[in-house]
Amino acid sequence: MFTFRAVGVRVGKFFRDSGHLIRPAIVLLAGLGLFMVIRGAVVPKGFGQYGHYRPGALAAIRQHPVVYAGQATCVLCHEEEGKVRATGKHAHVACETCHGPLAKHADDPAANVPTLPAVATLCARCHEKDTAKPKTFPQVVTAEHSGGMACNDCHKPHNPHL
Amino acid sequence: MEITRRDMLSVGGKLLMIASVGATFEQITGAEPPPDTYRMADHWWGMIIDIDKCIGCGNCVRACSDENQVPKDYFRTWVERYEVPEGYVNPRVSSPQGAINGFPPSQQTSLKSFFVPKLCNHCADSPCVQVCPVGATFVSPDGVVLVDKDYCLGCRYCVQACPYGCRYLHPETETVDKCTLCYHRITQGLTTACCENCPTGARQLVDFKDPKDPVHEFLRENKVAVLKPNMATEAKVYYKNLDGSVR
Amino acid sequence: MIPGVDGFMYPNEVELQWSVLIVLYPFVTGLVAGAFILASLERVFKVEAVRPTYRLALLTALSFLLVAPLPLQLHLGHPERSFEMYTTPHRSSAMAMFGFIYLWYLTVVLLLEIWLEYRSDIVRLAQSSKGFPRLVYQALTLGSMNVSPAARAIDDKVGYAVTVIGIPSAFLLHGYVGFIFGSIKANPWWSTPLMPIVFLFSAMVSGIAAVLLLYMASMKLKKWPIDMRCVDTIAKYLFYAFVIAFSLEMLDLIHRTYESDESFRSLDFMVHTRLWYSHVVLQIGVGTLIPLALLAANQLWKFSEAKRRVMYVTACSLTMIGIFAMRWNVVIGGQLFSKSFLGYTTYKVELVTREGLLAAIALMLLPFVIFFVLVKILPPWQETEAHKA
Repeated sequence: MFTFRAVGVRVGKFFRDSGHLIRPAIVLLAGLGLFMVIRGAVVPKGFGQYGHYRPGALAAIRQHPVVYAGQATCVLCHEEEGKVRATGKHAHVACETCHGPLAKHADDPAANVPTLPAVATLCARCHEKDTAKPKTFPQVVTAEHSGGMACNDCHKPHNPHL
Repeated sequence: MEITRRDMLSVGGKLLMIASVGATFEQITGAEPPPDTYRMADHWWGMIIDIDKCIGCGNCVRACSDENQVPKDYFRTWVERYEVPEGYVNPRVSSPQGAINGFPPSQQTSLKSFFVPKLCNHCADSPCVQVCPVGATFVSPDGVVLVDKDYCLGCRYCVQACPYGCRYLHPETETVDKCTLCYHRITQGLTTACCENCPTGARQLVDFKDPKDPVHEFLRENKVAVLKPNMATEAKVYYKNLDGSVR
Repeated sequence: MIPGVDGFMYPNEVELQWSVLIVLYPFVTGLVAGAFILASLERVFKVEAVRPTYRLALLTALSFLLVAPLPLQLHLGHPERSFEMYTTPHRSSAMAMFGFIYLWYLTVVLLLEIWLEYRSDIVRLAQSSKGFPRLVYQALTLGSMNVSPAARAIDDKVGYAVTVIGIPSAFLLHGYVGFIFGSIKANPWWSTPLMPIVFLFSAMVSGIAAVLLLYMASMKLKKWPIDMRCVDTIAKYLFYAFVIAFSLEMLDLIHRTYESDESFRSLDFMVHTRLWYSHVVLQIGVGTLIPLALLAANQLWKFSEAKRRVMYVTACSLTMIGIFAMRWNVVIGGQLFSKSFLGYTTYKVELVTREGLLAAIALMLLPFVIFFVLVKILPPWQETEAHKA
């Protein structure tokens, strides 16, 4: 017979016999709660401001020191060389392409004196003949072209026209 | 007023150039830092590369290595030399040490031959960013794919996901490292180290959001392509006269 | 020329990023998923014959599951940052979900099911044992000593429900490992929608074979008779799973060969050279065709018990080798060719480095140690069975 009392007894019995199931659930929820607390504490500040990353990373990457000063900086002092170069075929070759990275020199010219580049390897890197190079680019087989003479015996690097 | 790269290069604005150079000079010298005028929302960086101008000198690779202290035998940028035999499916490709010292000269005349500079394509829809499990790599608001080395786990899933081989694990930091498009330079009005030192102007930093940038004319006037277009990564490095054999 | 490199690799590709430890990861999770599926055969699909291996399969799954994240952890450049996967998971990353699926599977499925299954044993041992073990068992009861028949009946019902949830979870756990590889569009060796399902079925194959081996080994050690009806039934399911796994792998192979897309020449060359031994000989020949033939023979003809035992042990051992080779070929093979399709590199397994061979062997032995301990704490065999022997 269906009576509310009978249902009550059965429900009560059910809860008594399934009470132990609450325990793993509590353990699980406690773990979850602990995780949420830790998560709140360790997620970096501002995470997600621009996207899914630390916005601080942008500033950190921008802090990397500049090594190549840039030719605009070079010609501030080396105005004469800049003028000579501007009239020749090397007008678009930046100073540091041949002279190497010199931001430190620009920083403190006296303490960081650059050395002159080794002409033999320097010129050949660009001008040694290679069929992969564009046909219009000036290139020579050095051995045939100069017979061992240094390039800058004839060509002035800042304005290489003879 | 904001200083742009184009302002610096313009011959007409001589006064302006000196002013802008002054600003960067001060930054280099560590004197009074200028007010941060750089606004990320105003830029969308990329690069254009003219295959017909590249002479394979490797200046870009060396400059990159010096500027960013790239560990030996790893490359943020490199140059490949292609030699394509007629009708032959596989081109012969070489890149000795990423061409950091250029190439040994080739006199081979029976092959179509050319150089291809490579770097991170700073994809707008970047597969490397997609797979990073923690948000240690991301596309910045100005369109540069960067790695947060203080957050990267070093799981290298992104290295696997990059179709172009542009990423590596830095042997010292044990985090993933890659081309930053010289983010520390371009955010203060300088160009990248590789573009600064390209003697023929084969590679050029561009800003798609600058209406005066040469990129717009470049894309309009030339036949251009990106690498592996089938990967649909929305690469932002455009190549002029790229041969179909290039992978 | 760079040593170990043939043809052209992009310069950053020469070095492999994922080592033998990453080979272990899908291998170990595969064993977990497979062992659990076998356990569920008894529980959900009412295959009574495999009852003797039910608890064994659960403990096997747990032993391997506890070890599964370790190779990943060891491989990270910064293991101390791995918690970031939980705190700032990147939703678009297939890998980011691993932590959550793992924890779900470990806590909600496996630990809960084992707890429910063992509750009466735990309560009994908490009362009968002494000293430190008593404390352990008392902790394991979670403070409830109610093992009345009514309570156990409820446990059984809940356990059933957990197993029902557990099957898709096991599928998820391992299918998802396949997805980590299968979703990398840059890598044609990995990028296929079949990858999760190939992984899943090979997982079932390896897990079932592992439990079968462990069962036979345990019985041998205990000098108890092997329940042949159980072993025959497991071998039958192993055969079915194997047929599906092999068909899927062949489908993948045929599809690739027939389509012959831009990557085909390069991959085909790799399979015929650098992967020949591990892929064709070990994975397909020794690790698949021979065990399949042995298992098929048992479906067709009736052999004597002694012969069957030898055939099963041989088939299962070869299967384990074959599945390991399959993981190797996926993980390592996927990094040996250049994404330019113009060259190949070499993987040299180091010996004593963090990601070296010794670390891999230690990690592979660890689950067996855990298994041994678990069997001590939670004996999978009822005393009545011992009496029966």
